[in-house]
Amino acid sequence: MDFGDSPEEAAFRLGLRDWLRDNNPRLPASSTSDEYWAGHAAWHQALYDAGFFGLSWPTAIGGHGRPSVYEAIVDDELAAAGAPPRPHLGYLVQGILEHGSDDLQRRFLPGIVNGRDRWCQGFSEPDAGSDLASLRTRAEPDGDEYVITGHKIWTSNSDVADWCLLLARTHPDLPRHEGLSAFAVSMHQPGIEQRPIRMINGITSEFGEVLFDGARVPATNMIGRPGEGWKLAMTVVSHEREPGELGYVARYRKLVHELTAAVRQQPDHYGPEQRRELGWAIVEAEMLRLHVCRRLSDRLDGITHGPEGSIDKLLMTAVEQAVGHAALAVGGVAHGADPGGGDLGGGDDHAWLAVYLYSRAQSVMGGTSQIQRNLVATRILGMPAS
Amino acid sequence: MDVRLSPEQRALRDSAAQVVERWGPHAVGQLDDTERRAKLDAAVAAAGWRELRAAADEDGTPWASGVEVGIVAEELGRGLADVAFLGPTLAAELRRLAGAPPAPAPETVALVSDLSALAATVDGALPPRTVALDAQGSSTALVLVPVPAAGGLSIGQVAVDRGPALAPARVDLTRPVVDVDAAVTVEALPHQDRVLTGTVLTRWTALGLAAACADLVGTMRGAVQLTSDYARERRQYGRPIGSFQAVQHLLADAHVSTEGSRSAALHAAWAVDALEPTDAVAAAALAKAYCARAARAVCETAIQVHGGIGNTWECLAHVHLRRALLSTAVLGGVGPSLARVLDHHGISDGTGDGTGDAPGGERGLR
Repeated sequence: MDFGDSPEEAAFRLGLRDWLRDNNPRLPASSTSDEYWAGHAAWHQALYDAGFFGLSWPTAIGGHGRPSVYEAIVDDELAAAGAPPRPHLGYLVQGILEHGSDDLQRRFLPGIVNGRDRWCQGFSEPDAGSDLASLRTRAEPDGDEYVITGHKIWTSNSDVADWCLLLARTHPDLPRHEGLSAFAVSMHQPGIEQRPIRMINGITSEFGEVLFDGARVPATNMIGRPGEGWKLAMTVVSHEREPGELGYVARYRKLVHELTAAVRQQPDHYGPEQRRELGWAIVEAEMLRLHVCRRLSDRLDGITHGPEGSIDKLLMTAVEQAVGHAALAVGGVAHGADPGGGDLGGGDDHAWLAVYLYSRAQSVMGGTSQIQRNLVATRILGMPAS
Repeated sequence: MDVRLSPEQRALRDSAAQVVERWGPHAVGQLDDTERRAKLDAAVAAAGWRELRAAADEDGTPWASGVEVGIVAEELGRGLADVAFLGPTLAAELRRLAGAPPAPAPETVALVSDLSALAATVDGALPPRTVALDAQGSSTALVLVPVPAAGGLSIGQVAVDRGPALAPARVDLTRPVVDVDAAVTVEALPHQDRVLTGTVLTRWTALGLAAACADLVGTMRGAVQLTSDYARERRQYGRPIGSFQAVQHLLADAHVSTEGSRSAALHAAWAVDALEPTDAVAAAALAKAYCARAARAVCETAIQVHGGIGNTWECLAHVHLRRALLSTAVLGGVGPSLARVLDHHGISDGTGDGTGDAPGGERGLR
């Protein structure tokens, strides 16, 4: 049992630290600013090109085939340098790795991993949120293609995406979980309309709605077998609940460092209440770092995604919202410090307020906290179904 | 990095779990079974778990790391083991740090009245209301004695008088805290090779906090297990109460904060020997703040889900809560631990307790 670095891990850590000294894009916090999302692709590509992204993924898709715990080292160093977190698209990679044919993996995964192809995930719909299996977007066969009709929402990065991992109903006559299939759909075609969604902190770049009206996808772009869509979706959302997959530890620790620096710089401005909120944010963020070390270590026995992901999602949510409360306490509502030092993004709200407001979404996105609690109680603690 | 337990550590965990399963209390009524308790104590003594931190080599290296101490503490906490472990472990640590030989007879440590620190004499006298921690079986307790000429502290020893009626009046029904007679003579512990410095004692504090965290994690795990079993069995409205989402969500939250606590406590146990003392104690304080806050909520949930029965003496839920309250108070609870975290990050507000509303150790204890 060792939280410390092996010699090889220590050497890797120093290499990354050196690289970050000259290559930190100094983007604002991801949750506060459209400027962050604009610089996101360049950051992904730079991190990949330098050899610091996809550490634990197979080399065949552009990964490095290293033990899973290297991801924790990357998160440590990114946070320490105040750099942006690593791109959080591991769940798409895991879904295609587990369900896609060799051919599809070869065609799509290198582009996702190296950041040259940008992807979004078309799962949720206006009437299919927590109850995802009720989704109504149709994919109807037409020759060797499928024709897509439907309405997706909460689609991250849909404004810049080249591809969409789409979940659609291909077999309307089958029971609802069995009639779904997954596709890689090109976003560059007629029949797709993208609309940005303005979130409560003012950002417009992260989430969008996507309307499919006669968009087409080759049948060969189906990921998994016909009817395997639900299984793929469960693989994807399981990984989407894991902070170790998402790299969010770096995001929280970066914010905590910035809040701590603000209090240190102007100690007279902050009273016990604000310091206590920040203290809890420090405690929570560190707990999540350690928890991710534990989970990534468990993965050394092989990748798993069981119901434990719901525990991790709830812990991650508690951390994000504790950091949000610290940002609110330290930033205040009128004259808060600006962590980005520049464009505050999100209209008139200052940056710390934007961090706080954004944090409320964490208990909804990727599966609400209420759904996660249902899963922990029934799948882990063995409670009878309600 | 690989934070999985080694095969040896898993074997230690399984062994501790087996001892507690065999000889630990499984009902409140069994707490009075002195024969059972003697067998539990004998099993712990035979396993040598109280000597994990006693010196093993000439150079004073302990038998085992903080991780092994944490593994045993967690299993003892999980099974509400009514046997001394924390006190004797901390006494052995203190002896080793001072280069003193292992204790010839069972021994514990004496803490100040709210349990937040090791007791130290002032002008030769103990602080008022000094108590012996985890006093079951121990006839002596260790305290600190300032040695101004040497710029540090040495170890003193006091007799512990275990009054027969004391234990049930204390918060923890499984680990008695006993008053040390204010008039007792503090004897110098013989054969001390080294004066204890602040840095050395910081490492000792890290071990104490880490072991208390592990016990809290175990106590939480036991409480969640006890309560989950009850929620599957107990029926109202014609179905198990565990089928109601309102109950499910209480249990889910309890399990989730137990898992978060476990990750923090594991790191604290590792840090005892792997990090510099100031970083080790900071890691331990951070874990203590998290675990102690979680433990009270988890044990309160255990009482709530048990309903009326949960508020009776006969239900084990309050035994978990009481044990958690004692472990919380040992070397500082939520408020003092959070204050240590703020201090470590250079954002303390200078009052010594940056939290404004530290939950009082004493209020929970007496």
